[in-house]
Formats: sequence, C-alpha cells, structure tokens
Amino acid sequence: MSLIKGATGEWEVVIGLETHAHVTSNAKLFSAASTQFGAAPNTQVSLVDAAFPGMLPVINRRCVEQAVKTGLGLAAQINLVSVFDRKNYFYADLPPGYQISQYTRPIVGKGVLTLDMPDGSTRDIGITRLHLEQDAGKSLHDQHATQTYVDLNRAGVALMEIVSEPDLRSAEEAGAYVKKLRSILRYLGTCDGNMEEGSLRCDCNVSVRKPGGALGTRCEIKNVNSIRFVMLAIDYEARRQIGIIEDGGTIKQETRLFDSGRGITRPMRSKEEAHDYRYFPDPDLLPLELDPAWVEELKRGLPELPDAKQARFVSAYKLSAYDAGVLADEQASADYFETVAKGRDAKLACNWVMGDLFGALNKLGVDIARSPVAAGDLGALLDLIQDNTISGRIAKDVFAEMLSTGKQPTAIVEAKGLRQVTDSGAIEAAIDAVLAQEPEKIAEYRAGKDKLLGYFVGQVMKSTGGKANPGLVNELLKKKLSG
Amino acid sequence: MTALTALGLAAARDGLIAKKFSARELVDAHIEAVEAARPLNAFLAETPEQARAMAADSDARLARGAARPLEGLPLAIKDLFCTENVATTAGSRILEGFKPPYEATVTANLWRDGAVMLGKTNMDEFAMGSANATSAYGPVENPWRRRGDNRPLVPGGSSGGSAAAVAARAALAATGTDTGGSIRQPASFCGIVGLKPTYGRCSRWGIVAFASSLDQAGPMTRSVRDAAVMLRSMAGHDPKDSTSAALPVPDFEQAVGQSIKGLKIGIPREYRLDGMPAEIETLWQQGIDWLKGAGAQPVEVSLKLTKYALPVYYIIAPAEASSNLARYDGVRFGLRVNGDTLDAMYEKTRAQGFGAEVRRRILIGTYVLSAGYYDAYYLKAQKVRALIARDFDDAFTQCDALLTPTAPSAAFAIGEKSDDPIAMYLNDVFTVTVNLAGLPGLSVPAGLSGDGLPLGLQVIGRAFDEETVLRIGQVIEEAAQFTAKPAFIAGGA
Repeated sequence: MSLIKGATGEWEVVIGLETHAHVTSNAKLFSAASTQFGAAPNTQVSLVDAAFPGMLPVINRRCVEQAVKTGLGLAAQINLVSVFDRKNYFYADLPPGYQISQYTRPIVGKGVLTLDMPDGSTRDIGITRLHLEQDAGKSLHDQHATQTYVDLNRAGVALMEIVSEPDLRSAEEAGAYVKKLRSILRYLGTCDGNMEEGSLRCDCNVSVRKPGGALGTRCEIKNVNSIRFVMLAIDYEARRQIGIIEDGGTIKQETRLFDSGRGITRPMRSKEEAHDYRYFPDPDLLPLELDPAWVEELKRGLPELPDAKQARFVSAYKLSAYDAGVLADEQASADYFETVAKGRDAKLACNWVMGDLFGALNKLGVDIARSPVAAGDLGALLDLIQDNTISGRIAKDVFAEMLSTGKQPTAIVEAKGLRQVTDSGAIEAAIDAVLAQEPEKIAEYRAGKDKLLGYFVGQVMKSTGGKANPGLVNELLKKKLSG
Repeated sequence: MTALTALGLAAARDGLIAKKFSARELVDAHIEAVEAARPLNAFLAETPEQARAMAADSDARLARGAARPLEGLPLAIKDLFCTENVATTAGSRILEGFKPPYEATVTANLWRDGAVMLGKTNMDEFAMGSANATSAYGPVENPWRRRGDNRPLVPGGSSGGSAAAVAARAALAATGTDTGGSIRQPASFCGIVGLKPTYGRCSRWGIVAFASSLDQAGPMTRSVRDAAVMLRSMAGHDPKDSTSAALPVPDFEQAVGQSIKGLKIGIPREYRLDGMPAEIETLWQQGIDWLKGAGAQPVEVSLKLTKYALPVYYIIAPAEASSNLARYDGVRFGLRVNGDTLDAMYEKTRAQGFGAEVRRRILIGTYVLSAGYYDAYYLKAQKVRALIARDFDDAFTQCDALLTPTAPSAAFAIGEKSDDPIAMYLNDVFTVTVNLAGLPGLSVPAGLSGDGLPLGLQVIGRAFDEETVLRIGQVIEEAAQFTAKPAFIAGGA
C-alpha cells in the first residue's frame, strides 16, 4: 500500500475504475454500419444509428462474442441471460434520445485482474462487471463560431464498460491496472486498446481516507484518455481531496474533468451531470440468451493470456519474473521472443530482445509488429554467435546493419568478411606481431602484472579487426607470455 | 365502375385472375373513390400516380399469368408506416414533410405480393387516441351516421382513416396498427373487420414506434376472408425486427370456412362491465348463441385482473412512448424550430411539433420512469402485465378462444369525449388486455346499435393461433349477415 503524506499524517487513496473499451468489430453494436476509425464525418451512419422513425436495433453477434471472450479473459462469471436497457437523455450526438446499455443485468459479472507489483508480488483487483453499450456520436464545437457540428460515425459503436472494485490504492496501481487490462484486451483481440484513438477511456472514482478508516466521499473523473493522464488525474485529485479535508472542509460528491493542459481536475458544469436517466428494459430487444455450449467453445478457443504466458516463460525458459512479465506484456513481443528463443539459449535470446531490440525500436519509435529486424533473422544472428561464426561484439555491428538495411545476418557477415578467425596459426601470427612491439610490457607482465593480459588481448583484437575468436586469443596469448 | 369498389379483396383478386376487369380499371375506380371520399378527411396523402404505375405492372403480370397473391389490389396505408419517398407524418406536425428513404417491412411485403398503394390514411397523432381526434391534420369523419341524426361521428382510433376509407369503399382494404385497440375499435365503429395479429407476427421495422412492446400491424378489411388473405402477405419473420417471430406463415385463408364444431369458447366473466349498454350485452349473447349454433361450446372463464389492464396499459405505453418519441428533436428530420441553445431548440420544436395528447403521454411516461417512481409505477405495471398474460394462459387451458365485445359503445360524435381523457381511454377497455398479453384479436361487425351504428364482437385467440380466430370470426360474420351500409359511400352507390 502506498500512502500519501499530508499535514495531519498519512492518507490512503481508494480508486475504482470504469473503463470504456471499443469492441473490435467491423460493424456497430446494433447496426451494420462500419466502425473504421478516421473516416470522413457522417459517412458511417446507418438509418438505425441516425434513429430514423421505425428503425430497430439488431444485436451484432460478433460484439457479444467479444464481450464474452473478455469476460472469460478476466476469469469472470458469464451471465447466460442479460438485458439491454435504455438510458434516456437528450443530446444532439445521441440521435434516439437514449443510449442502449445494460443496467441491472450485465452480460459479465464478477471477475479478477492480477497486477504484478514492483516487489515481485501480485495483487488481485476485483472486476465488478462488464456490460455492453453503445457509444454516442461526437459533437464538434470547433468547426464554427456559433454552431456545433455533429459526427455520427461513432454513434452506435459497441463499447464494453469494465468496472473495477474500489481495490486500487495508488495512481501507480491504477496505471498498472489499465496497462494490464489493455494487455489482456489486446491478447484477446477484443479491443485494440489505442487510447489516442479513443478506443480505451477511463472514468476514475477517487476518494481518500485515513488508513483503514471508513471510505471517504468519492469524486468521479470522467473520460481520461491515457494511462499517464489516469495517473496524473488520480494523483492530483487525491491531493486535492486531502488538502480540503485537512483544511477542515468536506468533499462534495461530484463529477470532474481532467484538464491535461493544466494537470488539474475541475468540476463539470452541473448541467452536464444532472440527469435522471430513466433506465428501463429496451422493448425493441429480447433478453440476450447465451448458449452455454457456445460459451464453452469460446473458452476453449481463448489464447494463452499474459499471466499464463509469463508463468510459462519463467518455468520453460528460466527467465526472471520481471523479464517474463515484460515480454508477456504484449502478444507481439512474446511471440517475437519465442521465435528467437526456440532451440536457442533462452537467456541470450531474452537479453537480445529486451536489450538490443527494444532499445533500437524505442529509438526508432516503432512498435515490435513493425520491427525492421524479423524474429527469424535475430535468431539466425544468435546462431552465428553460438556456432562461433562471429563474436558477440561483432554481432552488435551486424545487428546495427540489419536494423538499417533489413538484410540477413549471414549475408552481412559474408559481404563484410566478419567471419571470426578461429585459425590458430593466423591468430598466433597476429599475437607475435603485437608482442614484437611490446617488449617492456611483456617484461612487466612476467614480473607479475597480470592485468596486462587484457591489454594484449585488446591489441590483438584490434589488429584483427575484432574478428579473432576472443577465447582463442586469450588461450594462445597466455601460452606465449608464459613461455 | 363503382361496382368495382364494392368488391371485397378476395373477390377482386378472383375477378382480376378471371380477367373480368383489369387492374387499371380496378385502381382507377378506387382513385376516383379516394377523391370522392375527401370530405371524410380519411387520407393524408393520395398517391394516384404511383397507384397507376403499380396497376400497369400488375396488368402486365396478369397478362402473362404471373399474378402474385395481391396482384393489382388497391390498398390504403396507415400513415404510421414509413413509405419510401411518400410523406409519412404519423398524424403529427413534427414529421411534416418527412419522406422516408426506406419502406416498412410490412408495406414492402404487400408491394412484393403485387398490392397497389392508393395513399396514406389519417390517424391519431403517433397512434395515440381512440377517436382520430388527435391528428394534427384534422379529424376523420365516420362514414356512418346515427339514424335520423346528421352529426358527424368519430371513426374510432387510432387507425380511423384506414377504417373510414375501407368502410366508405375508398379502398379494398387498409393496413392498421394496434397498440391498445387501434385496429379493432375503429373496425367496430366503422362496421368492418379488423385483425390485430399476435405480437411478433408482423415486423415492426419501418413503422413509427408508439409503444414497442405492444405495437402490431394488421389488416382492416370488409370480410374475415379478406383479413386472412391480407395478413398472409403482411406477416413473416423479419431479421431486422428482433421481436418478430421466426415462425412460418400459415395459409390463413385455408382456415376461413372451417368448422368450429367442438371448439370451446371462453366468455370472460369480468368483461361484463357495470353500466355497459344493454344492446352490447345483447349482441354479445347473440354472438355466443351463434357460436353454439355452429357447434362450439361456450364456457365461462375468469380473467381476474381485467380491471387493472387499463391502468397498466396507461403506464407501460406512455413509458415506452416517452422514450420512443425522444428522437423527434429537430436535429435530423421533420420539424425544427430554432432556438438560442440546443435545449431551446428541443423545447420549441417539441412544443410546436407535438399535440396535447402526445405531450400528455410523454409527460406520463417520463413520470412513471423517473427515479423514485419507477418501482411504484413502471415495475409494478410490468408485474401486473405478466399476471394478466398468465390469466389468459389459464383461460386457454379451458377454452380455445375467447369472445367479447370489441368496444363498450358504438361510435360517438366528434368532440363528444375529447375533454375527458379518461373517458376516451375507456374505449380500449376490452382491447388493451389483448395487447398486454401479445395475443391475436379480431373484431367482426356483428350488428347495429339502436340508432343504427355498427357494433363489433371480438375473438381473442392463443398466441400465433390466428387461424382459430379467423375460423370463429367467419362463423360470426356468416351468422350476423351484416349487410348494412354506411351513409357515406365514396362515389355514391
């Protein structure tokens, strides 16, 4: 538990998150219109989305499947009967005047998400529920001086609202939760998790209390759209609440917005939140009934999820929990690593992937899916190291060349003549040439200055352009110097 | 030519196949009749050009022996059905000028089967009313008059324009919709046949929604056989309506004329209302005797919760309506009255666009769904609704169908009950239960009131058993020999 120090002592922050995840699906939740991001305004709007008279919603089976898979991925209860309700409110980007959501009977019930703590331990965060609902359209306030434009492309796109229990205790934990949730969603292929496109947004419920005391009054910070902002918003909000309470004030339960420019939260105008949504079951839709056999089938088809993968990497490849966790975080890096490690030294593979590759990708600003070095090629490079064709040192140069040209490592080694010299005659000749220049140093070495061996090795390597097998150089040098 | 407008749907179909006349002749006769019926204000839009084009297509098909089930038969369409490129108002100012770019499934099914569109019929605004008095485009007159009294009467509602058009021989038949009695009560008031099918039998896609869990489209015709013929074309599973039933559509016409010998007819005790006119009581008994005479066996049954049906209906229907009508906000289609802010635009648009009855029901619906009232009103009403449906289930363990009056009175004068919404709501007392339980209900003209106005009897069946309902309806129709004609027949005759 990480506590915040206030003027009157330590405070515990209590956080629950409601995450809205765009369901990966070609069509919307109740219409066949496309969900492709970035299309010209109002080009992906069906008559149902625009709520023309007499239009009726029809549930998209794919979206239901995605919600169930997500529920299974969160080890949650799948409700075989769930109900769609209407949440009624007027707004220009909500054509029917109601959002179809699930209120009292969501499709997914209680589940759990496990966080890896920095000290290597894990912490289970409760999932309260997951329900399906429609997204609204977008109001564009910046297109005209006095008028608001409406883009309905997003209207009706399926969202999963994933609600956590108030189990999170710090901004860092909240960040880790969103990161882990995003990782699971991506593994499952149920949400692309692209926060910059709005595919994943969070409402953060934050309150503070004295450690172990009664729960404080919470404030809800709406629509936070990056992990960093989630952490900043929670941190700010917790300190704001502590400040108020320590100054003798009380917290007013309210809905707030995070102003990322100023790094603060501010209350929403009361008009933005004063709604009586008049929920009631949508009479256009029958209760959603799932076939248990179908749910079982989806369960059997689930991919290996990050936690299981991490555990397997630890046991099968003897990686540290930390390394395994980093690699398992994204399906693409896990797959990349496994391709490289297959039939090779796993520790070496891990070092190369997490060190050289991640470093290079980071510098290039590309993700692993678009890595200029294919996993098979990196594996081939490791083979060259392991069969002594090149040294680890030369391998770094070859890797750099692979990054910039995309060429195969063997081709680079051949073209540049980087093949390691393992011919002892050639190495002896090089050693002799070096030693001939250094009679004083030889004398010093023989007088007991052992450290000079490294110097001689360096000189020999230098004279061979790094291609001499370092082990052999060492061995032959020792022999010559002692002789 | 007027003789062609006197034909029934099935008879006109047979006449076309036998080449006794052409679709063009049949349709022209009806286009003239529609014009002649203008004093009734039954039509909100006439579509003669479309009708003639469709008739020409029908004649071509008839000539090559490729007639479809409703080939060349001119119909009137309630203005609640969205019709492609033809103004669709739902009787409301708020949809003035709205021309849908799509066709409702039910009307598309009718055109698929060769029917011809004459125009769109007047109705209570958003189907909310029982007298066709709430239409933004003026009341419809019932073609019937009381004996010795020339005051105009209401046609019933909400499908008042359709009922008046069919009764006045301005259309062979018409579509209606029924949320609490909107097909059956006007059918009873205008002396025609009206069938509300089982909920889910006809697609609701493209029908302007009033109360989604109750709305159902159905035929309004001048005979039971015609209703059977028309329903077959209207009905069918529609993947675009999640509440439409994935069941095959029977050949309903086959059922018409089949014996009812041995059927048990339930007579619900609770439908004998205090203060019900004696002539309705008498007609009901007459109906029971007719069915007995045809070999059926009347049995008394109990529908204990009948008295709660109206209050339950007037909670659930407005609740759904308050949400369904939220989309009429001036943003995307229909009327927009500009304001300084978005809220001002909403308020002005909806204040000017909706009439008093619609506003009343939106307010009721909003109230019963509000925090703090939801459990006491909406949730309680849903529970009672389930119990009402169970009452019917229980009754159907003792009988095959029920017989009741359709409405507690004959048609009344225009303006007569319009100050008192509760009195108006009572018109639906025998019909709303059927919607709440989702069952099929058929109104058949069975006799005349003391002052010469038509009265209907209602047959209620098990879910998706329209066939039994039609069989029984046909027996009543035959026994009643209802040959009386309204005072106003389009084009004279």
